[in-house]
Amino acid sequence: MNDRDFIIDRYKDLLTTYLNGKNETALYKGQQFSRKLIEQQISPEDVVSHHINVLNDLFPDMTEEMKDAFDFLLEVMIGYGFAYREHQSLRTRQRQLESEIEVAASMQQTLLISDVPTVDSLDIGVKSVPAKKMNGDYFNFVKDDKSISVAVADIIGKGIPAALCMSMIKYAMDSLPEQRMQPNLLLENLNRVVEQNVHPNMFITMLYGLYDTDVHKFYYAGAGHEPGFFYKAATDEFEDMFAKGLVLGVSRTTKYKEYEKQLGPGDMIILLSDGVTECRTSKGFIEREEIVALIRENMHKPAQEIVDSVFHELERLQEFELRDDFTLIILKRMV
Amino acid sequence: MDIQSCVEVCNEWDIVSARQLGRNMAKELGFGNVDQARITTAISELARNIYLYAGSGKICLEPVEQMGRKGLRIIAVDNGPGIRDIRKVMEDGYTTSGGLGAGLPGVKRLMDEFTIDSTIDSGTEILATKWLR
Ligand SMILES: Nc1ncnc2c1ncn2[C@@H]1O[C@H](COP(=O)(O)OP(=O)(O)OP(=O)(O)O)[C@@H](O)[C@H]1O
Ligand SMILES: [Mg+2]
Repeated sequence: MNDRDFIIDRYKDLLTTYLNGKNETALYKGQQFSRKLIEQQISPEDVVSHHINVLNDLFPDMTEEMKDAFDFLLEVMIGYGFAYREHQSLRTRQRQLESEIEVAASMQQTLLISDVPTVDSLDIGVKSVPAKKMNGDYFNFVKDDKSISVAVADIIGKGIPAALCMSMIKYAMDSLPEQRMQPNLLLENLNRVVEQNVHPNMFITMLYGLYDTDVHKFYYAGAGHEPGFFYKAATDEFEDMFAKGLVLGVSRTTKYKEYEKQLGPGDMIILLSDGVTECRTSKGFIEREEIVALIRENMHKPAQEIVDSVFHELERLQEFELRDDFTLIILKRMV
Repeated sequence: MDIQSCVEVCNEWDIVSARQLGRNMAKELGFGNVDQARITTAISELARNIYLYAGSGKICLEPVEQMGRKGLRIIAVDNGPGIRDIRKVMEDGYTTSGGLGAGLPGVKRLMDEFTIDSTIDSGTEILATKWLR
């Protein structure tokens, strides 16, 4: 007996049981049975056809008109069969696409991954977590003899296009080694690349900085990026690290301004993406002060533990549902 | 064996005639109710495309036999504008009816065999066969 015959038999059983007892148990079984039908990919017109056959068996004196009426129903159900089969095939395709995206995402991660450099004088912590499969935030460190450069970027736009754009940014930055020491020039060059190569409705914000490990100065420039924080240990105060500048890709001729901060022992540079400040909780958006408070609470820990703790706390506040990519970087000057 | 019957398709009533012809032949060949309905639906879709996009054309039906199997073949021919991007048209979800699963991909699934041949500005020919089980 093949599956098909089995199904017809079973249908007949269930229907007979119901007709004899007309109770809820039989109906429940019928409902369960429909799951089985769907599993076996039996389409709606087939179900109607089985029903007709079973009725023919059970009630041999069914009138011709009733039989004809069932034929009409069968014809009507063909349209549902159409939709059902398309649904099946689209579902298969969706699964394929999902697994392709998964592969692409892990490829992207390996392409874009940046080592976090280790130097004696700086304690560095990084946490970057994508909201979806692909990360629209990007960070990058480059270590030289006397300096460490750091970039944090965020694509305005989500998902796969944003991620592809990130890869472009990475390779554009790699191809601009001469500008690495001059944050404003680096952004100006990068801006031209983005303006020429990226779709006009996609923008990129970036903060790029260079930490001079000899004199402990941080030089930076920003392109419309979420301001970071600067923590001054001497006064025990946090201040916003504004860096004025248009987002990348708007105008070819944008100029950027270079800023600098002198760091004393225990001072911290905190860089982030707007996914950190735009955390939405049941009480509304997280305020920048709340982020500062969270950092302050954890400030006594090593940099990596600070960013981890802040992330876990924000994740908890958002009920573990990340709406935007999250990137938080802390550079803390050691004594 | 090759007794081909054709229906000219110029208006919506011709679609009904093509269906009728298909149903009669399918019944004669011994197709069950469900397959009859599937075959006529495929004919409907093909005939409607001719009527809508080519203006006129014809639907021919012929019984076929291959390695002891019997079946029914639908041949839809027109001299209309042709289909520019066949691959796209064969994608699910492309039809103008929007996600009803009908259209050419639906026809392909209803039938056992399906081939499409189309040349821009010269016309379209679609063959679709259903085998008796
Ligand atoms: N015989 C034909 N000649 C020219 N173009 C055709 C022909 N048949 C189909 N097409 C083109 O292919 C497209 C897809 O056809 P298909 O039947 O799959 O979907 P549809 O007719 O747009 O929508 P539906 O059939 O679901 O109502 C049509 O929109 C039409 O542009
Ligand atoms: Mg159509």
